[in-house]
Amino acid sequence: MVRLITHNLLACHAKGCTTNNFPLRLQDAAVELRDAEFNAEFVRGFLPRLEWKALVGAARELGDKSLPEEMPEMVDEEFLQKLHHVLLEIHIDEGAMVCPNCGHVYPIANGIPNMLLAEHEIA
Amino acid sequence: MSRPELVAPPEIYYGDSEARKYTNNTRVQNIQADMTYRALELLNLPPDEPAFLLDIGCGSGLSGEILDEQGYTWVGCDIAPSMLEVALEREVEGDLFLQDIGQGFGFRPGSFDGAISISVLQWLLNAETSHPTSSPPHRLTRFFTTLHSALRNPSRAILQFYPTSDDQIQLITSIAQKAGFGGGIVVDYPNSKKARKVFLCLFVGSGGNNQQ
Ligand SMILES: [Zn+2]
Repeated sequence: MVRLITHNLLACHAKGCTTNNFPLRLQDAAVELRDAEFNAEFVRGFLPRLEWKALVGAARELGDKSLPEEMPEMVDEEFLQKLHHVLLEIHIDEGAMVCPNCGHVYPIANGIPNMLLAEHEIA
Repeated sequence: MSRPELVAPPEIYYGDSEARKYTNNTRVQNIQADMTYRALELLNLPPDEPAFLLDIGCGSGLSGEILDEQGYTWVGCDIAPSMLEVALEREVEGDLFLQDIGQGFGFRPGSFDGAISISVLQWLLNAETSHPTSSPPHRLTRFFTTLHSALRNPSRAILQFYPTSDDQIQLITSIAQKAGFGGGIVVDYPNSKKARKVFLCLFVGSGGNNQQ
């Protein structure tokens, strides 16, 4: 149950990996769609926290092309609905997240990403 | 009975059978629920506003179910796979991560509106973990530093835990302060050996405290 809202906040936390460590690349992702209750206020409030390009990229990797390349200036209900779907209804159940910098692989099994580091990767 | 954190590391202690026993125990459920409500009260979030929260050591989702019920969106992490599996079975809404909090978080700055943790910090005080070379102060430092960064300014983290001594409280609060947190300890029922509960209340910035 990793959703893109969380993926968009996640950088690699391995030792010494402090630049170019976001966004984690999605690999072999198996996706399931699950309805979530729409809360316009929540989605609107979350906008400033998002890295837009990373979100659009991740959504496209997962086959969802509903978001525009640039964050629109006019935030209307229809846009918030689309964003809600991308952020909260696409669940990555299997696959992996790979750090673009150090190459660390965070496997996702049964919906749960394994964020554990090996001893030599702990900062 | 020995305290569980003195018996084995959490990912070992909470194997399949302990995870289910723990989750299905009504007394445990009630205490966890009470402490979660109290933690939310101390979190002092603006009323009727949505929030994105981190549940540190979410276990089988006992606190997560309350976050769901209160309408919060949340992310939970735990080091015990068996506990997370029970959380999945219980169909909690939050995103779940297998994570050792002593290794720190990778969340971008300002990701969360607040964090809660119920009965977890005491596990960080024991050197016996899956990474025996890491000392408790090192792990606590990594935990508090990356937590501080993951929270918005202003916001709070409320961490209920079971210290065995005042020295432990001292160690934890001093490391949290060095990581940039303000705040302190709140003790509920200080004179009752059984009901006594210790909450570490940490503030980022002002802690968003405009009501008290
Ligand atoms: Zn990395």
